[in-house]
Amino acid sequence: MYEEKNEALKAAEKQEYKDLVNRVKPKPPLLVNCLWAFGVGGLICLIGQLFLNYLLNIGMNKADAGSATAVIMIFIGALLTGLGVYDKIGEKAGAGSIVPITGFANVIVASAMEFKKEGYIFGVGARIFSIAGPTLLFGFVASVLIGLVALIIK
Amino acid sequence: MTTFKKTGMQTINFDNPPVITSWACLVGPKEGEGPWAKDFDRILADYLFDEDSWEKAENKLLRETVKLALTKQDLQTMEAELLLAGDLLNQTISSNYAARELNIPYLGLYGACSTMAESLLIGAMMIDGGFFNRVVSATCSHHYSAERQFRFPVEQGVQLAASAQWTATAAGAIVLQVKGQGPRVTCATIGRVIDMGVDDTNNMGAAMAPAAVSTIKAHFADKGLNSDYYDLIVTGDLGAVGMNLAKELFVQEGLVPAPNYSDCGVLLYDGLQGVNAGGSGCGCSASMLCGPLLKKMINGELNRLLFVATGALMSPTASFQGETIPGIAHAVAIENA
Amino acid sequence: MSLLMAFLIGGILCVIGQLAMDLTKHSITPGHVLVGYITIGAFLSALGLYQPLVDLGGAGATIPLSGFGHGLAQGAIDGAAQKGLLGVFSGGVEATAAGITAAIVFGYLAAVFFNPRG
Repeated sequence: MYEEKNEALKAAEKQEYKDLVNRVKPKPPLLVNCLWAFGVGGLICLIGQLFLNYLLNIGMNKADAGSATAVIMIFIGALLTGLGVYDKIGEKAGAGSIVPITGFANVIVASAMEFKKEGYIFGVGARIFSIAGPTLLFGFVASVLIGLVALIIK
Repeated sequence: MTTFKKTGMQTINFDNPPVITSWACLVGPKEGEGPWAKDFDRILADYLFDEDSWEKAENKLLRETVKLALTKQDLQTMEAELLLAGDLLNQTISSNYAARELNIPYLGLYGACSTMAESLLIGAMMIDGGFFNRVVSATCSHHYSAERQFRFPVEQGVQLAASAQWTATAAGAIVLQVKGQGPRVTCATIGRVIDMGVDDTNNMGAAMAPAAVSTIKAHFADKGLNSDYYDLIVTGDLGAVGMNLAKELFVQEGLVPAPNYSDCGVLLYDGLQGVNAGGSGCGCSASMLCGPLLKKMINGELNRLLFVATGALMSPTASFQGETIPGIAHAVAIENA
Repeated sequence: MSLLMAFLIGGILCVIGQLAMDLTKHSITPGHVLVGYITIGAFLSALGLYQPLVDLGGAGATIPLSGFGHGLAQGAIDGAAQKGLLGVFSGGVEATAAGITAAIVFGYLAAVFFNPRG
């Protein structure tokens, strides 16, 4: 009985403290963050569109041009990460530099570089997927599920 | 008959207060750009310190700081009788490997960012207890080795919350002796682990503030002191958010440490250095103590200092399993004779 | 015109991600955003809702990771139509193979040539 009352009191104290923390904690500057995300994210996509338009102009088919554009953008993201620029952009741009495929390249390269000191097999090799792994995993699972449904309702 | 030195619930008094005879502090480039540059013994030019990894750099940082603290008294490394040290990395590798090179008898500690106070108070007990004559208490942290262990890969583009803190690249070492010139460690309060249910690893100050307030409250209650007894009470690395929370909690607890209260995490950097809510890490409170604060004690600007280093005792594994962040704080009173 | 639309659609997709991070629990990290985009993109695509966005925004819809999910989903659907059960497994990755391989190989090469500088 005493124990129970103690627990209830503790929970109330924790809730009270949680409310205090929420009151004191600075809020993220939503408008500024969104403008940065919009500007940087939009710009990355615009650059992608430039490459896409060029590749279509030189006569590539639509699917190949799309794939080639993805490869080019991934290369740019990887290079900027290697040069130590992408994380600086990310500090400001938030989702603007995470959501585009360059952000996918960024997490892969950042993880790979980070674990170089632990060797190429268990350092780079294993850790390169630390964030990209979950992304690919859920992407593949979703794709197979969708394919199965497509097969069934055909 | 044994006489116990404990007073109240959590506080210990030193009958023959150990003397802080020398100390040293090495900091990284960013800390060197802050407001206390002239108070540090050495500012590193880069984060690698001529080593090939950040972990090795951190080990060297601790090693060199311990050596420098001993050298200031013309002591050889082997003349130290005991090294008490800890750091943030898994298995406290920085301290273990530094102790390997230093070849001083060694006890490793883990108190997260509270380690400076923990090592200092255990060192003082060792000396006052009559076990040792010369003990070195030390700790260190490195921004990038901590970042990769606790957060994200360094080159990943991440937007940090305004409540997030910057792990300091810094090490502090203090030589405690039975006799000598210098400020004395007069008493210490050992903290309890307090967890108020904060689970946001980008808001460690909020996780640690209740522990800091609990320890400070216990200290004043155990000692029966007025809150204006100390010239300065500093917490370790609560940062701007945690310090504001601590102030609110002080009011709730009926304590009035202001205006003599501050926080090393808030003090260590300039507001313009892009550290969000301030500094953190073992090196944050260690460098403030072994840099500007002890210097102020020698100058007589401060005569009574209550140093309350704070630690967040979480791990990434526990966080992923949904655990909240337990906090701890130990208080060490440093007074001029 | 295609450039403007890419900018707008791409920008809006990123703002949605920003709102997801800023307005929800603190525990939403970039990893969560990436997983969310690829998965939601795939399911929207399966429901036929993503193709119109691609027609409208071009690279603005394909460069965000939801476009990657779209590629996976359409690949699996095409694979199922052409090769049956085998296509269900091979279609998604076939359609996105260039991007996945590029990301891994460039990631490896970057680790070889660069060091994290912080």
